[in-house]
Amino acid sequence: MIEAELSRSVQRWCSGATAVTGTAKLSGGASQETWRFDIVHPSGAIGAILRRSPKGYGAAPTRAAGLSAEAQLMQLAYEAGVPSPRVMHVLTPEDDLGTGFIMQRVEGETIARKILRDDEFAAARPLLARQIGGILAGLHQLPRDKLPELRSRGTTQEISDFERDYRSLSWPKPVFALALRWLRDHDPGPSIETTLVHGDFRNGNLIIGPDGVRAVLDWELAHLGDPMEDLGWVCVNSWRFGEIDKPVGGFGSREELFAGYEAAARKVDAARVRFWEVMGTLRWGIMCGGMMQRFRQGPDHSMERAMIGRRASETEIDLLRLLAPRGS
Amino acid sequence: MQDEPTPIELTKSVADFLRNDITPLISGHQAFKLRVAINILDLLTRQLTLEEGSDAKEVERLRALLNMDGSVTELNRALAERIARGEVDLATPGLAEHLWATTMDKLAVDQPNYASYKRELGRGG
Repeated sequence: MIEAELSRSVQRWCSGATAVTGTAKLSGGASQETWRFDIVHPSGAIGAILRRSPKGYGAAPTRAAGLSAEAQLMQLAYEAGVPSPRVMHVLTPEDDLGTGFIMQRVEGETIARKILRDDEFAAARPLLARQIGGILAGLHQLPRDKLPELRSRGTTQEISDFERDYRSLSWPKPVFALALRWLRDHDPGPSIETTLVHGDFRNGNLIIGPDGVRAVLDWELAHLGDPMEDLGWVCVNSWRFGEIDKPVGGFGSREELFAGYEAAARKVDAARVRFWEVMGTLRWGIMCGGMMQRFRQGPDHSMERAMIGRRASETEIDLLRLLAPRGS
Repeated sequence: MQDEPTPIELTKSVADFLRNDITPLISGHQAFKLRVAINILDLLTRQLTLEEGSDAKEVERLRALLNMDGSVTELNRALAERIARGEVDLATPGLAEHLWATTMDKLAVDQPNYASYKRELGRGG
């Protein structure tokens, strides 16, 4: 039982801790799991989260930065004042918990539709687009020399990867072919500046409270590249959850996002942001196709996965709205 | 010719049974999975209702656009290849209209509540 191992672990590195309680698995595939638990401490319970690859699942998928890089990035972000959970402990072999880390639990909401609809976030919503701009500016300014080793990604390489992924699906989609062609014809080439890119910064991967963004999660796709990628991805229509006239996560306008970004002494290249938004829309569409393929080839023969295949058409209409808009 | 009820009627009767009689009995993660199952049956009903007509029109447009014949899959494959090679693009008469019509027909089956689709449907196009 994981609780016994966690109890032994916290006693080693958390002074005064006696045990853990309330252990519950929040999510998990075969190779990566997230658990919540409370550390029993004389000064009161400490909420914590474990992110780990269980024993025997050391190797990370090719695109992922890996859990130890994730822990380093979150700690760096935390120290730089970018909203992020504090990393409390990086797992060692003697923890007997696999590889990964334990972080402080940040209370708040991550479910995008709740954040966009519930009254408790009504006051925060109009401020979020600008706030997100400021957070991304902070994230892109994290010191390069302190970053863990990360893969480097540029537009040209990304387009050929998408092309390969699309072709491997053997799923003729003229709209995807059109988008790929558009991306190749409009490839802006290497960016002037290379920074840390979060890689999956969007509504759904943020812990939000009535006071705004409390933590940025899911750093597993972090890499080095064009900072405008994060600004484009956060605007992809799939992450607006129905609030299609508010490009930034359903919260607000691009102008607010850009103003928040530039207020933190960073420059926006709006054309590159748009390029990355098209790229991101196609990226999610191809991912939907990948889910369908995994559903077919099993082991995950779930209905949910099957239905995600039927969401690729959402990205097709969004690509057409971007590339071939009809008159109003 | 197969007997009746039709596939549409049969699928719809299962969806209605799950929705009306089983949903009130189930909670938690199983209730979520049940909702997904009902959504699948509803999608299937829409596809069985709409596919024949929309595929026929799609094939007709593709034949005109490509000046060739084939199944709906073959024609889509050919169009995707021509777009990839740059032989056909948005300046080609009829391409944008074709892609819009085909995509709208897909959304009508897959996700008729998707906000972008409802917006475009409102344009009456």
